[in-house]
This record gives sequence, structure tokens and C-alpha cells, in this order.
Amino acid sequence: MITVRVELPAHLQRLAGVSREVSVTVGDHATLADVLDALEAEHPVLKGTVREHGAEGRRAYVRLFAEGHDLSHDPPDTPLPGRVMTGEEPLRVVGAIAGG
Amino acid sequence: MSRVRVLVGTKKGAFILTSDGARRQWRIEGPHFGGWVVMHVQGAATNPDRLYAAPWTDWHGQVVQRSDDGGRTWEPVGNEFAYVGEPGTHQWYDGTPHPWDFKRVWHLQPSPSDADTVFAGVEDAALFRSTDGGRTWNEVEALRQHSTGRTWQPGAGGMCLHTILIDPGDEDRMYVAISAAGVFRTDDGGASWAVATGGLRSEFLPEPEAPVGHCIHKLAMHPSRSDTVFMQKHWDVCRSDDAGANWTEVSGNLPSDFGFPIVVHPQEPETIYVVPILSDSEHYPPEGKLQVYRSRTGGGEWEALTRGLPQGDCFQNVLRDALTVDAMDPCGLYMGTTGGTLFASADEGDSWRPIAEHLPRILSVEAQTIP
Repeated sequence: MITVRVELPAHLQRLAGVSREVSVTVGDHATLADVLDALEAEHPVLKGTVREHGAEGRRAYVRLFAEGHDLSHDPPDTPLPGRVMTGEEPLRVVGAIAGG
Repeated sequence: MSRVRVLVGTKKGAFILTSDGARRQWRIEGPHFGGWVVMHVQGAATNPDRLYAAPWTDWHGQVVQRSDDGGRTWEPVGNEFAYVGEPGTHQWYDGTPHPWDFKRVWHLQPSPSDADTVFAGVEDAALFRSTDGGRTWNEVEALRQHSTGRTWQPGAGGMCLHTILIDPGDEDRMYVAISAAGVFRTDDGGASWAVATGGLRSEFLPEPEAPVGHCIHKLAMHPSRSDTVFMQKHWDVCRSDDAGANWTEVSGNLPSDFGFPIVVHPQEPETIYVVPILSDSEHYPPEGKLQVYRSRTGGGEWEALTRGLPQGDCFQNVLRDALTVDAMDPCGLYMGTTGGTLFASADEGDSWRPIAEHLPRILSVEAQTIP
């Protein structure tokens, strides 16, 4: 098992009562979906706010980034980037620049 | 002496104002859920410290928050609103089939007798019920599965179920209103629903007197008279005295019969209030004068209530859930504008003053009278 870092947008920090970064524990070969599963298991209030209930994909206005790359359109079973695996940087959950 | 608590939902959070029964000095707290769009905050009749709120954002969807201490602290509860079965399609604006898709909660209505039972009216139009204080939600599916459901179309704000009236004398009787489908009534706790739009006429419809397709903006009912329902429609103020079987227009001498909210006086079942708006394409008051109109005859004859309200250069709207009454005697009224001003009257609407200004766009206002 490994511990990975997840960075959350402001709305979700307040909703879950956490700071900007949280840690979750996942398997050694974790995927993007595994991290979101672990995030929802650790913070059930986030269910439905990053992914729709019952869906593997992200909500339309939520984006995922790591290592300077946009992972938003990668399949849920995509392996985590190396620097997220090693804890050197977080998986960033970002709200799209939208709304007013 | 009783106290009053006013629950305000805005585009950027919820605010709670409290006062003693004199309603002169107000304390304001908030924003709660800062940055979230709070469509509605509502208290339970049997336990006024039990509040429900419905914040959402485009980014993160719907959340339901619950308080058991009058809004000081909140707990997120269930936010899964799943339609029963394969929801199929309704009609889109252009008449083409469009998949039913949950978007957000518009209105929360706790049961008159049980604080843990609460209904949610949602977009795309459906009614949900929770019996565990909002932790889990189950669709009252017979409404959406009504034989006319496939023909329902959205109004400009979306296909929203925005009004839930529960008869406190017989909770199996409920009315719901959907924009722009119409009014539906159940007399068996939601197991079956009847169209309740007899006599309504909407000129924009291909068949102006069709049973379904009317853009109902709001309904109001005095709790002691569940056969009598008042309506602010897209155009026309109407009443029915036979539970929606027949409606008659009571717009009378209103300067415009377009508007959004309608409320009933808590002690006088024939006294009602509306806020006329210029037109469906100009959502601001006629002549830039914000005026509440009161009828003490159940409609037909209306008087303008202007004292303390801006009587020039006011181009703010009052949305469908943004006018309400308390249960004091004399009753108070509370009105929130899209410009973020909350006006209050402690004398049945005779005079008004702002009790909060510069808030975000006000979406809903509810008042609790607390013993």
C-alpha cells in the first residue's frame, strides 16, 4: 500500500472540513479511479461532488491534473503518474474556470 | 415573546436573520456554505431548530445540509437523487425528446408533523422524499411517471418542481407545481397524481386551455383550507376553490399580472400578496417602482403597498421563493430581491424597510416563528 496526496478545490475543502491537501492510502498499482474511490471512502461527503453517483468519470466541470499534464480525459483505469505514486506531488482536483 | 428567524438562500450562500417579536432589530449571520448557490433553506414545523438547505454548484453538483441548532452548525447529509427505473425522455424547448437528468434541488418541504420527513422538488422535474432526515432520498415516482410526463417541457429557468404544498390536516393531500408542466395533486400520499389545471388559459400554448404546459410560477395555500389554492402564473393571478379542478383569474386591477411569488396571510385566508413584474421579457417592476400588492378579498381587488419600498429606478426582480410571511399577529412579510436587498414589514405589508442590503442575488426567503 502507498499513501498519495490529493489536492482539493476550495468548495470541497470547506464541504469536507479539510485543508487543501488530504492523503489517501491505495494499492501499489493504483489507478485514478482507485484514488477517487479512496477519497470518497475517507470523506463520504465528497460522494457525488467529483464524480456523479454511480459513475466512474468526473463531473463535467471537474478536472484532474498531475505532473503538469491534464488527466481529465484519461480513462479511470489509468495508472497514477509516478510522482503522485511516490508522494512527490499531489493529484490535483480542480474546478474548471466557469461560472460567476 | 415569540422570535422570528428568516432563512435566506442566495447565489453565494445562505444567511440567517433573527429578531424578537417586535421585529425591529435584526442580527444577521452568514454566509453559510459561502460560494455555493443556495436555492432554498427551510425549517421543520415540529422542530424549528431542524433546518434543511440545498446548496449546489455547477462544479460539484448537489449537496443537502442539515442543522439541528437553528443554523449555527450544519451537517452534510444525502445527495443522491436517483430516478426510479429508466427515466426516459421529456420534451426539450424545441419539442424534441430530451433525456430526464437530475440537475439540482429547487425546494425543500418538511412534513408538517415529522421533522425527519422532508420532500425535495428537483430539476428535471421530480419529487423525492426522505424519511430519515435527508440521509437517503427516494423518488415519489408516480408523479414523473404520470401519463403526461413525456410531454412536459422546461420553462426558462429549467424544468423545475418548485412548489410543494402539504395539507397539514391530511398529509396524503399535496399539490406540486412544475414549470412549465402545470399543477398536480395527490390525495393518496403520492401514489397517484391528478392534473389540477382546469380552466387555466395560457396564450403561448398551441392549445391555450391544454391540461399540461402551463408555466406555473408559484402556488400558495392557507393551511386551514386545502381546497383553496392561489396561483401566480407566467401571466395571470388565479384561484381555485375546488382543489385545482377549476381555476378563475383574479388579476383584477393589478398593474401587471406577470410575477413570480404569491403568499397567503397567516391569519386571514382571503388576504394574499403578489409582486407585479412588468412582463415576461422585462423582469423588473413596472415604472421602476417596487410594489407589493395585497388583496383582502382573495383576489380581484388589489391595493399597492409602497411605503418604504423604492419608488423609482428599481429594476430588481423578486423570485418565486423570495416572498414569505411569518406567523405573528400582526403578520410580518419578507421579500428578497435579485439585487440582494431583503425588505421586511412588521405590519402586514403596510410599511417596509430593508433589514439586509448588498447580499448576493436572493433566491429564496423563509420565515420561522419560534415560540
